Amino acid sequence: MRLAAVVEVRLVTRISAVAAVIPMDTGRSGRNHSFTREQHMSNRGTSVRGSAARKRAALTAGVSIAALLLTGCVQSQREENTGAEGDSAVDSTFVFAASSDPKSLDPAFASDGESFRVSRQIFEGLVGVEPGTADPAPLLAESWETAEDGLSTVFQLKEGVTFHDGTPFDAEAVCFNFDRWYNWTGIQQAETTSYYYGSLFRGFADSPEDAVYESCEANGDNEVTINLAKPFAGFIAALSLPAFAMQSPTALEEYSADEIGGTAEAPSLSEYALGHPVGTGPFKFDSWNVGQQLEISIYDDYWGDKGQIAKTIFRIIDDPQARRQALEAGTIDGYDLVAPADTQSLKDAGYNITPRDPFTILYLGMNQAIPELADPKVREAIAHAIDKEALVAQTLPEGTKVATQFIPEVVDGYNEDVTTYEYDPERAKELLAEAGYPDGFEVTFNYPTNVSRPYMPTPEQVFTNLQAQLSDVGITVTPAPAAWSPDYLNQVQGTPDHGLHLLGWTGDYNDTDNFIGVFFGQEKLEFGFDNPELFSALDEARGISDREQQTELYKDINEQIAEFNPAIPLAHPAPSLAFAPRVTSYPASPVNDEVFTEIELSE
Amino acid sequence: MLRVIGKRIALLIPTLIGLSILLFLWVRSPPGGPATALLGEKATPEAIARVNELYGFDRPLLTQYLTYVGRLLQGDFGVSINTGRPVLEEFATRFPATLELTVVALVFAIGVGVPLGYFAARYYGRFLDHSSVVLSLVGITVPVFFLAFILKYIFAIQWGILPPDGRQNPRIDATHVTEFYVLDGMLTGEYDAAWDAFLHLILPGLALGTIPLAIIVRITRASVLEVQNADYVRTARAKGLMERTIRGSFILRNAMLPVVTTIGLQLGLLISGAVLTETVFAFNGIGRFLRDAIFGLDYPVLQGFIIFIAILYALINLIVDLSYSVIDPRVRVQ
Repeated sequence: MRLAAVVEVRLVTRISAVAAVIPMDTGRSGRNHSFTREQHMSNRGTSVRGSAARKRAALTAGVSIAALLLTGCVQSQREENTGAEGDSAVDSTFVFAASSDPKSLDPAFASDGESFRVSRQIFEGLVGVEPGTADPAPLLAESWETAEDGLSTVFQLKEGVTFHDGTPFDAEAVCFNFDRWYNWTGIQQAETTSYYYGSLFRGFADSPEDAVYESCEANGDNEVTINLAKPFAGFIAALSLPAFAMQSPTALEEYSADEIGGTAEAPSLSEYALGHPVGTGPFKFDSWNVGQQLEISIYDDYWGDKGQIAKTIFRIIDDPQARRQALEAGTIDGYDLVAPADTQSLKDAGYNITPRDPFTILYLGMNQAIPELADPKVREAIAHAIDKEALVAQTLPEGTKVATQFIPEVVDGYNEDVTTYEYDPERAKELLAEAGYPDGFEVTFNYPTNVSRPYMPTPEQVFTNLQAQLSDVGITVTPAPAAWSPDYLNQVQGTPDHGLHLLGWTGDYNDTDNFIGVFFGQEKLEFGFDNPELFSALDEARGISDREQQTELYKDINEQIAEFNPAIPLAHPAPSLAFAPRVTSYPASPVNDEVFTEIELSE
Repeated sequence: MLRVIGKRIALLIPTLIGLSILLFLWVRSPPGGPATALLGEKATPEAIARVNELYGFDRPLLTQYLTYVGRLLQGDFGVSINTGRPVLEEFATRFPATLELTVVALVFAIGVGVPLGYFAARYYGRFLDHSSVVLSLVGITVPVFFLAFILKYIFAIQWGILPPDGRQNPRIDATHVTEFYVLDGMLTGEYDAAWDAFLHLILPGLALGTIPLAIIVRITRASVLEVQNADYVRTARAKGLMERTIRGSFILRNAMLPVVTTIGLQLGLLISGAVLTETVFAFNGIGRFLRDAIFGLDYPVLQGFIIFIAILYALINLIVDLSYSVIDPRVRVQ
């Protein structure tokens, strides 16, 4: 069935419809993201171009050897195209541009966004996410009940669910997965392989004294009890992570999922992770042509709603500019992390831009190993010197919110009344004078180049903006740009040799510790301070099993951090996705829990 | 002839050993190492230390080197730290892509460059000559990524007549035997797939071939100019030889020597140009793979790649040298 649907190459008629190099124009779509049919009809209309330009361009095309060469071929493609596609209402193949290959098809051994994007289609966890929020919702477990001591939870499992290989999903399969994680050894425990299990469940069978997990009991086929050794308030929410998705025990064993090398300098992927992932999700894995594309197709016996898409192709396009161009050329249906500078022009050209609710934090770190920055007055002065509103408006994508603390609003423990530092350059100057720097001082400002993170699409712009604001109050910064990886990360996280710096985080699920615990839970070279009071407060909060009690404690901790002011929370940038006009709805989720069965296509 | 080839290959061995030591140390000299790159924002000091220990990055360099060489001698290039796949396998799937691209770029550069340079010299001082000089100057100065971007913008986005990126239309379900997509399509009789793969090569091929093209034009022009004023050409004309024979056997053949040398050197340039071209066109070759390896400090890939390139270079030089003897009988005699 080759060439069943060749639509990529544009039709020959396009050659005559050329306008030389004229940017796509006008036709503003509203800021509303639930697009209507009328909207893209009118948007599409804008691509009609002048006939004078058309002639001129046709002439150029005629002269161009390449164009001549191609005319024949393009025609033939069109013929085949009409033949194969017929008049079916919707093209059920969805092409999405991924920024890289998944690191692994085994989500338990992955922690990167592109792996999870794919595994969210193939796998499901006991717990899912309430659409559009960061809150846990039933998925493979229909309900659960946690004992009062927080140590054991009984899950009622959905009945009649099978893995793609026919293995039934039952209590035994659940225990198989939990025990598999717990029994990892050696290189399987490295942060680069099992990051999430290690950081959330804290210990393995060979270190039971650290482990949060204790045992799993199958009570019949559809009920399972998970016993924890220590309270873990974020337990249910954590299970919504793809890293804890349920995988087929049969396939895990057959394709030796736990054999990940270890003799070599680098662990090699298991046969399972290379090409045999088996879950209960709506899509099953088809093929992976590394560096090029990965294909999944609908699982016919899926228990839930199958949606419109029969086949999804993830194309690997690592250059952000190239992703945008692929969308414009019509070879992909959508891509993630649209550059802020592109959103308006894409919208104007009729593409659909879908922002996610921010689940990120961008901060300005202040390394206290630098004597000036160790002075609380100086840090306060810097906080007053920064106009966050201006920074957000000038350098960050639409939908970005100004930050007052290190967690987004939807995360438990968000403190409405936290101490804030208003933009007040005069106050900043006074504070600097009080600290003994009436004429300001000089400090290094480290920032990464040529990188785009969900919380920081354009670090260079953020730097330039902050540099100007700081110089207004007399702080002269020495720019220290560095390539993101490994230079920048190493310098900021691995050495004390840096001053002010930009960094941030994209949250994984609704867990406060996943933000502030990561930043301020222990002594770090990044911030260069030792605050035992803060460290122990975070440690205590982590160990509380009662969510409400924990939330109150986190509110206090957020206030404590705001007063201590080790870094300045700048913004919660909102990452956006861009789609072709035919994609009328996309289930954008702050925690990226986006399953493609929810996508709606119009043609 | 065989002895020459044998000697050249024997010389390659000490070169490779020296190179392997140098690059082993060089690749490991930047601070931080792959652990930081692998962990990203999650790189806490403990995590880095643990990863270093588990992966063996903290062992003495000598131990690491001996392990590496030991495995290398068994033909094991190790496993890529970034992708978790054997380095050799990674090259095997990507190198054909780059080779395909390089061939298209070279065919373009030679096919257009040599005739253009030749005619520029033949019509010295006329319009064709002047425009070829200006064009080649532009060709040399325009950065590859910029050219790639413009080509893509015009042909793929504005006109929509050529695919913007990738090696093949993702919706084509083509069979791949050799990983040379055009060849695969012809072998399996999937001509539409072959044609589609060829279309995907045109824009990156043009972008990649432009600088070599410009250089070849200039060298050919200069070389032909020099030869066509040589005494023996005058003598040939005086003897009343046919103009075609003079141009073919006397001028072109003699002028080709420096051109062939240049083409050999250009091959190296093509590999480095491939890094940029492949990125812009999301083309899955070794150029793009190498870029990722550099940013991720993927030791095994970098080491394997440089050894691979060294062998490739040596082979290309050998071929270039051998081709001299085909073109120039004097070299054969020596």
